[in-house]
Amino acid sequence: MTKETNSTTLTRRALLSRAASAGSLAVIGGGFMAAPNASWALTVNVISSHQMATVFQMARDIYPHDQIGDEYYVIAVKGYDNDGAKDMIAEGVAALDASAQAAGFADYVSVGWESDRVKLLTAMEDTGFFQTIRGGLVTGLYNQKAVWPIFGYEGESFSQGGYLDRGFDDINWL
Amino acid sequence: MVAKFDLNDDNVVVVIGTGAGGGVLSNELAQKGVKVVALEAGGRYLPEDYVNDEWESFGQLAWTDPRTTSGDWRVSRDFSGLPAWIVKAVGGATTHWAGASLRIQEHEFKTQTHYGNVEGASLLDWPITLADLEPYYDKAEKKLGVTRTNGIPGLPGNNNYKVFEAGAKKLGYKEVHTGRMAINPVDHDDRMACQQTGFCFQGCKWGAKWSAAYTDIPRGEATGNLEVREHAHVARILHNDQGKVTGVEYFDKDGALQMQKARVVCVAGNSLESPRMLLNSASSMFPDGLANSSGMVGKNYMRHMTGSVYASFDKPVRMWRGTTMAGIIQDEARHDPSRGFVGGYELETLGLGVPFMAAFLDPGAWGRSFTSAMDSYENMAGMWIVGEDMPQESNRVTLNDAVKDKWGLPVANVHFTDHPNDIAMRDHAYRQGKAVYEAVGATRTFPTPPYPSTHNLGTNRMSAKAQDGVVNKWGQSHDIDNLFISDGSQFTTGAAENPTLTIVSLAIRQADRIASEMTRKAL
Repeated sequence: MTKETNSTTLTRRALLSRAASAGSLAVIGGGFMAAPNASWALTVNVISSHQMATVFQMARDIYPHDQIGDEYYVIAVKGYDNDGAKDMIAEGVAALDASAQAAGFADYVSVGWESDRVKLLTAMEDTGFFQTIRGGLVTGLYNQKAVWPIFGYEGESFSQGGYLDRGFDDINWL
Repeated sequence: MVAKFDLNDDNVVVVIGTGAGGGVLSNELAQKGVKVVALEAGGRYLPEDYVNDEWESFGQLAWTDPRTTSGDWRVSRDFSGLPAWIVKAVGGATTHWAGASLRIQEHEFKTQTHYGNVEGASLLDWPITLADLEPYYDKAEKKLGVTRTNGIPGLPGNNNYKVFEAGAKKLGYKEVHTGRMAINPVDHDDRMACQQTGFCFQGCKWGAKWSAAYTDIPRGEATGNLEVREHAHVARILHNDQGKVTGVEYFDKDGALQMQKARVVCVAGNSLESPRMLLNSASSMFPDGLANSSGMVGKNYMRHMTGSVYASFDKPVRMWRGTTMAGIIQDEARHDPSRGFVGGYELETLGLGVPFMAAFLDPGAWGRSFTSAMDSYENMAGMWIVGEDMPQESNRVTLNDAVKDKWGLPVANVHFTDHPNDIAMRDHAYRQGKAVYEAVGATRTFPTPPYPSTHNLGTNRMSAKAQDGVVNKWGQSHDIDNLFISDGSQFTTGAAENPTLTIVSLAIRQADRIASEMTRKAL
């Protein structure tokens, strides 16, 4: 893989052509990561692309919502790219990859079926690493205002005068 | 007009806390001409400040100073540093409460008499009866503008209520309605009508829900007899050689230790902080803490038997729209041991937004079982269970000397384990809640565990005999005449009902007592 220092100059085509597989992520190199469909891109500076790809895949497997795009999960986990989290992430990902290898896979992100990945996660669910990632997602994912409409949730209504005239009692199927 | 009293003024009544107990007591005393200094640990937030966003509002209003937990309750596992979801602000939890305003039932004042000997439970009859409290319930319902009292109509039912009501009626429940709520259905008492906005727990931005923050507190201040000191964190209550309390030490907003002299001290910091203050006030004369000759300070902690039932349907409900607690089923509130437990419970609708649903539906859960539930969020209805829990001496608030708050004071440890009666009642309520929703076509139901406690009761309980409790029938401590408890910690037993109306009623009654005792120089 070539070292790319000026990733932002990449065209989408070039980006995809250089992508190494990391689960559903494209890892370009130089810490630059992007979605295969280029819906988002991210540069990691402290942790490795592989570690970020692993944590991202964990996030999708811990709270899988098929109708929620990768970009929201990336937002939820990108904060682990920092010095304070570095060691925790390195140790946790190494442990997860080791258990994947013990089960006959190359590493965690190479495991094809969610059910097989969930088995690996279940085996480590009492660890601080797993619980940190899971606990962070409760707010990191579900408290993103942008995901609320995907659940049908409308958030605040005060600015529109509440629901008194906007359907607080509009149920019609009872 | 707002009063300012000198720290050395030893003629003032110091009230610690400004919620349903302390806020109401402060105003009631001020209206009678009694000089009051109210010490409030939090800041002042008014409707224009409230935020209709669950986590952001939590950050603004919740008491998040450190506490610790122990015992078998699941809150201790899932939210080990957050035993209670209560408010640190002027008005206390009256900013956050749902508004349900129910009277305790006659038999619930006499549980020892009616329930008999329940193994492991420290049941006791209250030293007051429903008849004693009825005149004050009348006053409290007028003060709060409670629906279905005094000619005030009920609130309209939202979607969540309509599902709940339809299921309840199919099940044959009779006492089903949109509740007795301190939420205006029409403009009333200089507050506007409910606009069905949701976010009742985050402070009502319309002021339609009664809160001491924008009723009793400013009305008390307008008399010129009430000074509220915000960001005043009480360290301890002081006493003299005669065993009378003489003042209160507190850390002011700048962290400086101050001492306000007092003629009378009333403690209303909620059932976790009130016993903590008494225990942190231990002295050579009172080595076990103030008002603790019985050893009961901190014991018999009750939190109501709670839980929730959410249900998914094949069509939208949109439970977040409108009043958060929009209706009630009261048929199970009776005492009927044939159900396998003593006491009873209420079922009340409840809705959470996506952020809190993710945190509280099944704390710690992950994977498709959990996320498929969240995927049907728009099609969910929800109810909360609130029932009488058994007082147990082993459920208690103690000082955790190993953990200090930012002022260096030992924090409260909250130890709680369900009584078998609590578990039997919860199981019954889960079954009934599930049946309510299945009667109208629920495709899946979720027996959701209790949230961090909102109803904290009993840790300075009221008793006829000094050896059985901390305070007498006036909330006056058995040991120290000029020390009162003015919050839910004085509840002898918990009853099935949401406690705020009773806390307010007791505060109005206590204000009468304190004022008359001051007049006749007994205080």
